[in-house]
Amino acid sequence: MLLNWDLISGAVVLGIFTGGIYALMASGLTLTFGVMDVINVAQGALVILGAYLSYAVEQHLHIDIFLSLLITMPAMFLIGMLLEVAFIRPLKHERTVFSILVTFAIALVIEGILGKIFTTNFVQLGANAWYVNQSFKIGGTYVGYIYLFGFVLAAVLLAGLYLLLYRTRFGFALRATVENRTAAQLIGIDVERVSAITFGIGVSLAAAGGMAFGATQTFDPGSHYDLISRLLAIIILGGMGSLAGAMIASIFMLVVFNVTSVVYSPTWGTVVFFVLLSVVLLVRPQGFLGRAEARRQ
Amino acid sequence: MSMLVVQQAAKRFGGIAALDGCDLEVREGEIAGLIGPNGSGKTTLFNMMTGYGRLDSGTVTFRDSAISRSSPRKVFGLGIGRTFQLTRIFPRLTVLENVHIGARRRGLIASVRHWKAGREHQRALESLDFVGLTRLRDARAGSLSYGQRKLLEFASVLAAQPSLILLDEPAGGVNPTMIELMAAKIRQLNQNGTTFLVVEHNMSFVMDLCHRVTVLHRGKTISHGEPTFVRRDPAVLEAYLGD
Amino acid sequence: MTAIKLALLGLLLAVAIVFPHLFGNATVTLVAFFALLYATMASAWNILAGYTGYYSLGHAAFFGIGGYAMAILCQDYTIQGGYGAFYLLPVCGLIAAAFAVPLGIITLRTRRHVFVVLTIAMLFIGQLLAFNLLGLTSGSNGMILPLPPWIGAAYNIPFYYTALALLVLTMSTSFWIRRSRFGLSLMAIRDDEDRAAGLGINTWLHKLIAFVVPAFFLGMVGATYFYFQGQIEPQFAFNPLDDLAMALMSFSGGLGTVLGPVLGGLLIEGAQQYFALTSGVGGNYLILYGALFLAVILLMPRGIIPTIAAIWSSYREKRNDQQASASPGEASNSEALGVAEGTSR
Repeated sequence: MLLNWDLISGAVVLGIFTGGIYALMASGLTLTFGVMDVINVAQGALVILGAYLSYAVEQHLHIDIFLSLLITMPAMFLIGMLLEVAFIRPLKHERTVFSILVTFAIALVIEGILGKIFTTNFVQLGANAWYVNQSFKIGGTYVGYIYLFGFVLAAVLLAGLYLLLYRTRFGFALRATVENRTAAQLIGIDVERVSAITFGIGVSLAAAGGMAFGATQTFDPGSHYDLISRLLAIIILGGMGSLAGAMIASIFMLVVFNVTSVVYSPTWGTVVFFVLLSVVLLVRPQGFLGRAEARRQ
Repeated sequence: MSMLVVQQAAKRFGGIAALDGCDLEVREGEIAGLIGPNGSGKTTLFNMMTGYGRLDSGTVTFRDSAISRSSPRKVFGLGIGRTFQLTRIFPRLTVLENVHIGARRRGLIASVRHWKAGREHQRALESLDFVGLTRLRDARAGSLSYGQRKLLEFASVLAAQPSLILLDEPAGGVNPTMIELMAAKIRQLNQNGTTFLVVEHNMSFVMDLCHRVTVLHRGKTISHGEPTFVRRDPAVLEAYLGD
Repeated sequence: MTAIKLALLGLLLAVAIVFPHLFGNATVTLVAFFALLYATMASAWNILAGYTGYYSLGHAAFFGIGGYAMAILCQDYTIQGGYGAFYLLPVCGLIAAAFAVPLGIITLRTRRHVFVVLTIAMLFIGQLLAFNLLGLTSGSNGMILPLPPWIGAAYNIPFYYTALALLVLTMSTSFWIRRSRFGLSLMAIRDDEDRAAGLGINTWLHKLIAFVVPAFFLGMVGATYFYFQGQIEPQFAFNPLDDLAMALMSFSGGLGTVLGPVLGGLLIEGAQQYFALTSGVGGNYLILYGALFLAVILLMPRGIIPTIAAIWSSYREKRNDQQASASPGEASNSEALGVAEGTSR
């Protein structure tokens, strides 16, 4: 088989750009797990919800989709806090496992509601925006501006997240909670408040990710299944709870995906990724940067 | 004759050396004690001997077979039972079911039969009777008091009829009556041929019960011998008083 | 007590057997058929989730694999519609179980919550492959299964009895596991896996068997389901809603019990089919299912039936207490009991 190196280098660049967008969506997921031991299976559905919110703002208020984030991100932050208080906080026993069940149900409810409002036809964001329709040449291939812009957006927001985590009092409280929930409580950190805000941040990052996702491909209310299985695979691969791991794994996965897509077909991109995930888990069940299983007893 | 021998065991957790070349010997038929100040590595050594972790270096030998790399299941299969400092029982099973887990026989035929079938049932009932929990046999294990849980954990180990039993703080956090009861049970089993290794904080409990005592300090063995000897060993006094 | 229970079950079985003769209406037998199938699925799912404590959100994949096995076998060996096709069910179950072995080995290597996540991925990989292995599954076009020769109301009857047989088989297996030494070991794994290993249980093998056994039953259920439907498509074969359904039915009926998931399945699927046939709701399923599930998990995590039973028994106790308030010495807590027990020996 003759390999076209221009195509492959293009796929690598595209993989890095889309990997950034996935990192945005996955960071919320892994952060929530780190802070609350909660796996939010609804993250995919929330990404799609974010995309539809941007879509609604674009269609009805005629606002540019990047500017729409000024509306959708705060709105999704509130939705996230609300979900945490209503559905996650009451879970007391076997929290992680039950959080998966509960958020799975939330995802289906969101899918159902979106289907009722927006129908199940595929849509795409920014259909008239120049950066969605125009491309620039890099290496030997053309890449749409939206991928670059999406990547820049992800980089800016993730840098903001980094500053929030390492330069603010809230960030300190959050990191303390990740380290040891009980100890954090003992030194006077309001762990429940930290949890609600963290969940809100995770969901608002999903909104930003959703906008970029919706501008780079078409979607419908059912798109969240594929998305969440990729996101979950990313955070498992990166090591549950590790932010850096999630970013590395996002880029790794999307590069693998894009390269396989151009070499074989898009279908096998996803399959190859899951096969890789299985292989990694057989060798290293805790993922790339995950902590080994806590010392027993 | 020695039954369990630990030689030059070392284990680090991050930068901390939990075990730093310690030695231990348990002889057939004795009640051995393992003491040491907090953080001296007693529980770590216990875990390493029973397959709950791997030594960085050193060896553990049980009746001439090396077990330092064996799984907990393998160690149990060789006839070593253990209890935990923070008692581990199966909270949603009944008391009798808990004991049956220990008494359980392996093999396909045994697995597909009713859990109460076979001779093990008798053994489970005897163990339960031995620790005095017969009246609670149908209670959920999770509803037991702390002391009762210790007895239950002990009973489920006994039901397997191991030749060596490792007890991690059997007298920790239980009332004086229960402590005496525990000591009596251990002596009784020992007379019938079971060997014991007991980790304990309660000094009088160890000194009264054990035939020989090993003292750990900062991951090293600093003294071993009969209780009367260890009690007067200057190294031991320094370890306990010096810190 | 058990004799009464057995007699009651026998009576229920007898009712189930004569049921289609009493209510021959096609709508009624259709609802009953689906209720029995989903009760079987919940009962199978419960073997892994309820007894072993490993919640799989991907076992619907084996339902799909069973369905495709049926479709492909019928196509390749040109099997005609009729009773003969039912003989393929165990084969379909075995094929699903054969897929479950490697998948179980991979997914069970991880901790419980990662396991759940991996099983979700397992379902979607299955769907993805079904969409794309065109030579095997015809992708999104789907496959046609042989058309059974029964017409009108008679169409449902063989399927009804097949579903009933599957339910009886699954329930018996579940019941037997619950009472066996194997099942006891599974429940020990559920409570404390490390300790179970430390008491000599081969946790790896136990978990794998508990993973594969439901796959076998789900494979047979899937084969029956799609034989009944006459066609199979990837999105229905590998449907995440089926995973939620099994979890919802088991949780609401009472996870870890033999009867709970079956009752949950009969009631929820029966109600759903009834409403679907009478009101014809489409997208509302998702919302309804999700909302019901949230309500059950948050308000009655032990299940609807056990919760009601607990309320009933506490009500009865209270009434008895009022009647017997003259003899207060009777109610001793287990702690006091145990200490007395310990010292007396």
